[in-house]
Amino acid sequence: MKRIIVVGNGMVGHHFIDQFIQQHKLDEVQITTFSEEPRLAYDRVQLSAYFSGKTAADLMLTSNQYYDDNGVRYVINDKIIAIDKTAKMVTTAQGRIESYDKLVLATGSFPFVPPIPGNDQPHCLVYRTIEDLEAITASAQASKVGVVIGGGLLGLEAANAIQQLGLETHVVEFAPRLMAVQVDDGGGAILRTKIEALGVHVHTGKNTQEIVSGENCRYRMQFADGSHIETDMIIFSAGIRPQDELAREFDLTIGERGGICVDNQCLTSDKDIYAIGECALWSGRIFGLVAPGYQMAKVAFDHIAGSAEQTFQGADMSTKLKLLGVDVASIGDAHAATEGAQSYVFTNDAEQIYKKLVISACGNKLLGAVMVGDAEEYGSWLQLYLNNIDLPGAPENMLIPPAEGGIATLGVDALPDSAVICSCLDVSKGDICAAVQVGASSLDDIKTSTKACTGCGGCAALATQVINAELTNMGVEVNTDLCEHFAYSRAEIADIIRVKQIKTFADLLAQYGSGHGCEVCRPTVANILASYWNDYILEDDHLGLQDVNDVYLGNMQKDGSYSVVPRIAGGEITPDKLIVIGEVAKDYGLYTKITGGQRIDLFGAQLNQLPAIWQRLIDAGFETGHAYGKSVRTVKSCVGSTWCRYGVQDSMTLAIDLENRYKGLRSPHKLKFAVSGCTRECAEAQSKDIGVIATEGGWGLYVCGNGGMRPRHADLFATDLDTDTLYQYIDRFLMFYVRTAERLQRTSVWLENLDGGLDYLKQVVIEDKLGLVGELEQEMASNIANYQCEWKTTLADPDKLLRFQHFVNSEQLDPAIQFVPVREQIRPASRRERQQQISVVKLD
Amino acid sequence: MTTWTPIIAKAKLTPDTGICALVNDKQVAVFFDRKTDQLYALGNYCPASNANVLSRGLLTSIAERLTVSSPLYKEHFDLCTGICIEDASLSVPVYGVRVTSGIVEVAA
Repeated sequence: MKRIIVVGNGMVGHHFIDQFIQQHKLDEVQITTFSEEPRLAYDRVQLSAYFSGKTAADLMLTSNQYYDDNGVRYVINDKIIAIDKTAKMVTTAQGRIESYDKLVLATGSFPFVPPIPGNDQPHCLVYRTIEDLEAITASAQASKVGVVIGGGLLGLEAANAIQQLGLETHVVEFAPRLMAVQVDDGGGAILRTKIEALGVHVHTGKNTQEIVSGENCRYRMQFADGSHIETDMIIFSAGIRPQDELAREFDLTIGERGGICVDNQCLTSDKDIYAIGECALWSGRIFGLVAPGYQMAKVAFDHIAGSAEQTFQGADMSTKLKLLGVDVASIGDAHAATEGAQSYVFTNDAEQIYKKLVISACGNKLLGAVMVGDAEEYGSWLQLYLNNIDLPGAPENMLIPPAEGGIATLGVDALPDSAVICSCLDVSKGDICAAVQVGASSLDDIKTSTKACTGCGGCAALATQVINAELTNMGVEVNTDLCEHFAYSRAEIADIIRVKQIKTFADLLAQYGSGHGCEVCRPTVANILASYWNDYILEDDHLGLQDVNDVYLGNMQKDGSYSVVPRIAGGEITPDKLIVIGEVAKDYGLYTKITGGQRIDLFGAQLNQLPAIWQRLIDAGFETGHAYGKSVRTVKSCVGSTWCRYGVQDSMTLAIDLENRYKGLRSPHKLKFAVSGCTRECAEAQSKDIGVIATEGGWGLYVCGNGGMRPRHADLFATDLDTDTLYQYIDRFLMFYVRTAERLQRTSVWLENLDGGLDYLKQVVIEDKLGLVGELEQEMASNIANYQCEWKTTLADPDKLLRFQHFVNSEQLDPAIQFVPVREQIRPASRRERQQQISVVKLD
Repeated sequence: MTTWTPIIAKAKLTPDTGICALVNDKQVAVFFDRKTDQLYALGNYCPASNANVLSRGLLTSIAERLTVSSPLYKEHFDLCTGICIEDASLSVPVYGVRVTSGIVEVAA
């Protein structure tokens, strides 16, 4: 059995090993991998996600379990320090000796720290590993100001990270512009303006001479031009260098400026040693992106496994990213260095958009592109470039949006089957189409079967287009019917109800549907009726439509008991009200828990108890919290400028006003809001459907964020709004969502599926492109005017209260609902505990 | 001989909803379909979720069959046979139900 040793377990090292696992080649080889880091491979591309809440565990690409299950040996916290090429043995720092048949160096790179005097002080850090991030986090707690040295891709990511940590953030770049490699002067200027607007200070053309003690901060950085800035922390992000120490020491051929020389098979100067990823130098070039690293891993695998002779032929370095929320993309020859190349530039200062096309001398091929502020066309332009496809029209027209007379972007049908859609995992259009033909019909299916879109995720939009086009080619019609009873989508039914002024399900079913209805269409129609007419949802006409939770105005738990959630607007509550909640919980033996939305959930109430519980809550001034509805839940908030020394606006008052304005609004899915009183963003507004962040100039509105199963960062919708305009935009936004979203479609998914995306949404809501805003505002006004606390209405109606008992003909409780003690509270008894009836808490 | 237990006046039922009745120590879910003006009676215990909750489910027609969708995990039980549509090995008992002089009566 061949013994393979993989030195380094980073993304590329792991990808190499994973080839053997995925292609079932592990019977023929024994793989051992060494990592000097304390953990196995994780996703370094998504490293910045660590600061937006991802943990080290979330970023892992593999696990001990996965390697164990597949018989891969692994050693962490140990490092190869010697290679004996003749005996084919390696020695580790801890004295372990292993022999190999093939050795694969995947040692990656390390951050370059410029030789500036004073660069070795405690708060001078780098940005590369999870340990580095931990050090940055720790340092940030004792710092107010942070500087990133290096305005490249990683430098801007690091700047984003320390800004999220609440530091005053500076970027210091030696070159005269940001991202000097990927973008040109025009793009760099727009990028700078956008980043400065986000509060990051940018200093270009600055050559740091030394780092000395500061007067106001920990350090002072002295620049060659005589100027200086003071900072408490410095992050070096001035490029990477190949980690070639081992190869250098043991006489493999090394490039003049570093890097282990490899051939087209990724073989080094020794016929049994390969080098892949950022440590390898191919044809005088280092490839500092993950996609070429993955290609090298695949080439080395093919060569070792002896299958089809794939060779490494260099790699495309085009890239698209979101830096500090700004879209930046660069394709091919971004600087028009090719002889005879012609540039076409589009600049929109008002919206801060910059686009440049670099076209061949013959005028019909795309050689390169730069995009800042809007990278919508990246996918199709990249395909034009990679596949050497003739331009679809005059280059100047490609720069203008189709709506304004420009030419539509390239359709996926025009792409050859060989076109690579996912460059990280090397998945072609043909691969995706083949998967669709054998049954895949969604992006999730494609991710599972082809692994496309599981790397950087940048190809999601394009991959989806390929899937849909292939489905259409196969004659599969995407059915948007709500259910078998209505041959309409939710949006169409909403239009019918609004335009035809339909007020009951029975009328709608008689005129537009068939059968009796079901658990899909009934609640959906109930929801739309409530969105437009806002009648009491337990009216006899509506009662049979309501979903499980709505129908008893409570959240049904696994044993058939209910939870009770009173509204606590903005999370603000008086001590007296807290006491009432405590007393009610105590009197009814309820389990209490603080929710993620800054309110209190009371569990374990029986149907019979709901009215009495609510009577007490309402007498104390509470209202229903609509936790049971597809409706506005909470507006999470920080205390803002009222108490916090950093707050710049009164987020507390706004949060309470917003919650009271929109409470009770029924919508296609639940809605969560948050308001932060400053850019430290303690209320996490960017993970909400509607997020508001205070700035010196007013309110910044963010829309369509989500936490939960598929988190989505909210998009910045408008800035520096006054309160009235903010309400106006939110009114319009919400009613447009109510009108057009599909059933159970959160705002995040709705936006992703909205033709024209965020720009279109802005045109509708801000510019009134559809001439709708008057109508939308009126609909919201009528909804607000018809608000009622559903529990208050119910308690006033003795007939409705009759329904709140388990048996219609007996006052007994459901004997199956039983509780057992846990941590001084209760939980539902399990089935077994119910049968054994052990230590069950008796209810009075 | 079948014993009929009077439960409630039919006029008190809300169309297209269910109620739960206690009949000879058994929990019985009674449903009232508006479109056909028919009553149906099933066991209230949902064998898929192990809770006494079927009466709180939504009425659903699947092709020609009238069913109730269990509130917790949405399995459908045929109102005429009690058999679960998703898993035929699960079923709930079906009981007789009628209206006499405006009063709903159940045999269980």
